[in-house]
Amino acid sequence: MSRPYGGVFVARSRIMEAEDIHRALRRMAHEVLERNHGSQELILIGLQTGGVQLAHALAATIEDIEELEPGSLPVCTLDVALYRDDIGIRPVIPEEVTDIPFDLDSKVVVLVDDVLFTGRTIRAALDAVIDFGRPKMVQLAVMVDRGHRELPIRPDFVGKNLPTRRHELVNVTMDGVELGELQKS
Amino acid sequence: MIRHPDTVIKGGRLIDASGEQSGDILISDGHIVAVGQDLQGEILIDAGGCIVSPGLVDLHAHLRQPGKEETETIASGARAAVLGGYTAVLAMPNTTPTIDCAAVVREVLELGRESVCDVHTTGAITVGRAGEQLAPMAEMAALGVKVFTDDGTGVQDDRLMRRAMEYASGLGLTLAQHCEVNSLSEGTCMHEGEWSARLGLPGQPSESEELMVMRDIALARLTGAKIHFQHMSTAGSAALIAAAKAKGMSVTAEAAPHHFTLTDACCEHYDATFKVHPPLRSQSDLEAIKNALAAGSLDAIATDHAPHAAEDKELPFDQAPPGMLGLEYALALAFSELVDGGAMTEAEVLAAMSWRPAAIAGMDNHGQRLVVGVPANLCVIDPSQRWVIDATGGASLSRNVPYVGKEVRGKVRHTMVFGELVVRDGEVQR
Amino acid sequence: MNSLNAQEARDKDRGQRAHLLSIADLDRDEIEELLRVTDTFVEVGRRPIPKVPALRGRTVVMLFFEDSTRTRLSFETAAKRLSADTMSFSVSSSSLNKGESVRDTIETIEAMGIDAVVVRHKSSGVPAQIARWTSASVINAGDGWHQHPTQALLDAYTARSHLGSLEGRRIALVGDIKHSRVARSNIEIFTALGAQVTLVAPRTLLPASLSAWPVQVSQDLDAVLPTVDVCYLLRMQQERMTEALVPSLREYTATYGLTSARADRMADGAIIMHPGPMNRGVEIASEVADRPSAVITEQVANGVAVRSAVLFTLLGAGRLQGSGTAATTNSSKERSIQSDSVLAEELAHAEEAT
Repeated sequence: MSRPYGGVFVARSRIMEAEDIHRALRRMAHEVLERNHGSQELILIGLQTGGVQLAHALAATIEDIEELEPGSLPVCTLDVALYRDDIGIRPVIPEEVTDIPFDLDSKVVVLVDDVLFTGRTIRAALDAVIDFGRPKMVQLAVMVDRGHRELPIRPDFVGKNLPTRRHELVNVTMDGVELGELQKS
Repeated sequence: MIRHPDTVIKGGRLIDASGEQSGDILISDGHIVAVGQDLQGEILIDAGGCIVSPGLVDLHAHLRQPGKEETETIASGARAAVLGGYTAVLAMPNTTPTIDCAAVVREVLELGRESVCDVHTTGAITVGRAGEQLAPMAEMAALGVKVFTDDGTGVQDDRLMRRAMEYASGLGLTLAQHCEVNSLSEGTCMHEGEWSARLGLPGQPSESEELMVMRDIALARLTGAKIHFQHMSTAGSAALIAAAKAKGMSVTAEAAPHHFTLTDACCEHYDATFKVHPPLRSQSDLEAIKNALAAGSLDAIATDHAPHAAEDKELPFDQAPPGMLGLEYALALAFSELVDGGAMTEAEVLAAMSWRPAAIAGMDNHGQRLVVGVPANLCVIDPSQRWVIDATGGASLSRNVPYVGKEVRGKVRHTMVFGELVVRDGEVQR
Repeated sequence: MNSLNAQEARDKDRGQRAHLLSIADLDRDEIEELLRVTDTFVEVGRRPIPKVPALRGRTVVMLFFEDSTRTRLSFETAAKRLSADTMSFSVSSSSLNKGESVRDTIETIEAMGIDAVVVRHKSSGVPAQIARWTSASVINAGDGWHQHPTQALLDAYTARSHLGSLEGRRIALVGDIKHSRVARSNIEIFTALGAQVTLVAPRTLLPASLSAWPVQVSQDLDAVLPTVDVCYLLRMQQERMTEALVPSLREYTATYGLTSARADRMADGAIIMHPGPMNRGVEIASEVADRPSAVITEQVANGVAVRSAVLFTLLGAGRLQGSGTAATTNSSKERSIQSDSVLAEELAHAEEAT
């Protein structure tokens, strides 16, 4: 086996373009601010690796709307590898070092990820967050909700609801969202 | 004395010190009574396509009795020997108690008489093999012991070795030496070289063997004694012996199958099956041993058959006892490594495994030409049979075989000791 | 190759995947990966609750036939940081039965249900032997003169944290190389990472053959010292005096000790390392050991994170992965795949079917 999972992603259709992403982020930023009555207690945590850029982009959008100092909204990163439920079942390796330099007690933590699928990644993220402190509330923002939940996890802020078949893959970047599948090499 | 049925061995290639011929051999009352064509007998052994040779003689086997009977007995060792084509073995004296006096010699010879092989024994050079005091060689010689060695260790003290040589040569006895200078080899467990450095194991340099070879050659020159060098393992030793022979000295030497088959690289996985004294050496040492056997400067192949219990060989490498089995595999290894490699002919291998060791050990009943009147100590070998060595199913009580999985050629079909067919179709008969 | 029997070949193959016995078994990618994963565990160690559930329910056994409280505690802490359960058997606490063979010991312990065993023994090769007798992962915590792989990993990690990449860096290993498992492991890891290694020792303290390693050798510490980025000192043991290896400790210190004067002549930015425990006044002057350039306490601190990385990689990642770990070079496409555990499982099944 030369590549993990034995294949390469092949896109079949484009679901969102870059402008769609930006519009979605704008709407989600407004929703976050509305739900939380402002940004005072917010801490964004981007999940490695797909949620990090989105977390920064969401934070920048919120700062823009609220006319905050750029970079003043706390953004952290979290690699959930060490909290996954499939450790030992298949190869699991942390990709990046977690960076949560803020005290989470009594804050509103917004987890940010690219795709919500079975919900297991978010379950792991919740366990990690609780190890760092006791937030007042934890909310979830995702760019794409593709269905097929296996745990009782639901997003608070969604960029796009996208029904998918199980074997399909969703690829999210700041340039857009593609739907495709894995081609075995 | 049991009378064995008349046996004819038919259609084989008869190889002995005089050369090769084809034909039948008829054995009656423990002797060869006819050699020729179309002979008849009560028992017929078909030797078509096979070599018929005087039985092999092992100059170096550890039969572990008395003292370590759970690893081997004279009876089980003898069975392993005859399966390997050996009609005679020379037992080593590092038993418990040591074979260093008439009483223990008697015990060993008696147990040997009941076994399937002709068991001879060495006697120790020093009491208890402690290297301090000469053992009563004359008393042991009176019982037929002709070769003396402290094998398991070498005689360290120069003066004592000189005295032993003078005393032995006065009695017409042969001394054999396990060449190892303890001050260089103490605490070591393998050959000192690239592999010992890599594996982090203490090693002994080739010089720990060669220094004693040099010393004994010099002392033999001084005393006029006959010296036989056991299990030679290094290129340097082979060269020293060749030089001594070139000067006309009366030295003989042996090498073990593991020293022309395996190298120190085998220790890579810390399997103590590969631990032996002298240790497995480098590839160039292996080549030199092969060349010396081919050239005849090493006279004989001797197994140094050394049984050990499985749990002892599972000890950490540096703690495990040294030694490997050999009786059942030596001939096949010699054919596969020496003949197939082009270094020697089958006849030359048989010389090194039969008539030359018989002469060194003074065993007149073995290694004889295949002619009328000689005692019938023979083996029948299928030189083309290929087989894979495995650790199970051998006759030895122990299983420390370093050749497991190795494909070899040459299988002993039948072995006859003093006219008794002790191995028939590869099975020991009792 | 002479007579490697079939069983051994199988064990060797298995050994390279499920165990950490020697740095020689790792390729450069695997070493880099372990060092990279160590960063994650350094971060975990800094948290208010320095614990993650990654190896919950797993049991890691310390099997120390040779005493070393520090190494054992370091491994225990590393295991506990991963929420693994630990069991400890050591000679000092007499929990290892005298006279019981190593094989019987490991088979008895394994019957209790274990996932990994960390072994230290005074005889080289015992971890490799144990790996043949157990299906648990075996980690070598030091065997005779042979290897101490986690020490080498924490040393490489510490050196890198000060110097950046070790490619082209010059490293001197000073002292009793011959009897040092730390030296053997470090030679292998530093050369694998592209550094130039020079051994500085009297010839009596060098291994009989150096042909296995691409190293330089020198007997002149004063000449070598100003040229190196790392001066790594090995312990000079008292026992060596009785073996005619060096005339006296005094002579050793005069020729090979890192005295204050010698330390002054080291290059700017060069660091001093030691596996501990130090013989102050012998291989290293007491004052030098307390200089900022001496990073010995950092080595110890990094040891826990490195050992967590090793345990996680062996037990959590399933195996040490060679260049097949495209994780570090993945595009974001494959990263989003990786975060999806169910999908990965389906794909793994699909993979097996093809």
